[in-house]
Amino acid sequence: MSAGPYVLRVNGNDHEVPDAHLGESLLWVLRERLGLPGSKNACEEGECGSCSVQVDGELVCSCLVLAAAGVGREVTTIEGLAPDGELADVQRAFVEAGAVQCGFCTPGLIMAVDTLLDDLPDDGSDPDDLIVREAISGNLCRCTGYGRILEAVSIAADLRRENRT
Amino acid sequence: MTIARTLDDACVALAEHPDALLLAGGTDLMVGVNRGQVGFDHVVVIDRVDELRGWRREGDELVLGAGLTYAEMGRGELPVLLPALAQAARTVGSPQIRNAGTLGGNLATSSPAGDTLPVLVALDATVVLRSSHGTRKLALDRFVTGVKQNALEPEELIEAVRVPVLDGPQEFLKVGTRNAMVISVASLALVVDRAGRSVRVGLGSVAPVPVRAVEAEAFVDGAIDWDTGSAPEAAVDRFAGLVAEAARPIDDQRGTATYRSHAIGVLARRALRRAFPGGAP
Repeated sequence: MSAGPYVLRVNGNDHEVPDAHLGESLLWVLRERLGLPGSKNACEEGECGSCSVQVDGELVCSCLVLAAAGVGREVTTIEGLAPDGELADVQRAFVEAGAVQCGFCTPGLIMAVDTLLDDLPDDGSDPDDLIVREAISGNLCRCTGYGRILEAVSIAADLRRENRT
Repeated sequence: MTIARTLDDACVALAEHPDALLLAGGTDLMVGVNRGQVGFDHVVVIDRVDELRGWRREGDELVLGAGLTYAEMGRGELPVLLPALAQAARTVGSPQIRNAGTLGGNLATSSPAGDTLPVLVALDATVVLRSSHGTRKLALDRFVTGVKQNALEPEELIEAVRVPVLDGPQEFLKVGTRNAMVISVASLALVVDRAGRSVRVGLGSVAPVPVRAVEAEAFVDGAIDWDTGSAPEAAVDRFAGLVAEAARPIDDQRGTATYRSHAIGVLARRALRRAFPGGAP
């Protein structure tokens, strides 16, 4: 059944979604209807975190969001973290630490780390290891063993701080 | 599709479409939708209904909105007022799931493994149901009637859950294969009411519905030294045994009945020792 045309606000732009079916997830609409394939589709049940996006600033699995119910929300995907051709701080940190192998989990992890750094108090200290591990506990990576990802978080925290001051 | 802004909006939409899918956080429902296992003609979205959000205190009771997310259960004053609920919420899924999933959704799904259910049953929670015909209240053990079954009627939605504010320690413990993203194999909530000198224990994933360990409670109420806050070692053993006897577990893909009975006894012992540390060796 049709969801009728509706408008989703993604990365600061309004996108008209015509002809969508009511049961389509936000992940599906982002990838297949709006041409934003950065959010990855693996489990479609909220287990792997590779589809993570921010909705009104909160980290969620886009596969578990009904797209048509996202009308009026502000959606941020990996494509929206930095202008085209530039890297956001967390992306730079992942490159620098070599925290990317096959790359499939990377967009979701970067969205999770970006949210973590947004929410951290700005007292100059590195994020507590347990807090970091909990923040990325919903993002599965089968390549890296997470060591370099944790290193990337630490680098990203420094970059974010530099940017703030 | 209806995006409800008020409770009345939602009730009117449900009265018009009694078979509509009620969508809050979507963390359970969308799994079935993605797999094509959930058929529906109409969706009533309730995540923007202010009356369902947040919580408030009314005397000695807390009124928790059905739209309260797991993340919100761990924020602000709630971990102080309802430590067992905050602990249970923190074991649910991942940050992504906790930002979206709601208390009302956990209740409506009525899974034996629902993490908030042992806490709510231990607290003698009351579920407030609402429809265009009015409001009714059900005790939690009347609301959850079987595996993924409950007393929710067509046209009804869960408005809130009422629980008492108790003076005393609370614990929630859960066994799973890792600390995140895990469906519980066994879980236990223990809440202490110091004023009433009673201990209440709710069990999860070890029966078709959340259950109370009634005999274990009655035994331990009399075995605790309430003045020193301690529990004798022999009482801890007996308590753990009685809790295990209250379980009615089955074998499934996550664990065997034998393992669950053992694990729930271990959790009972651990929770009681934490609540009454005076009795630790």
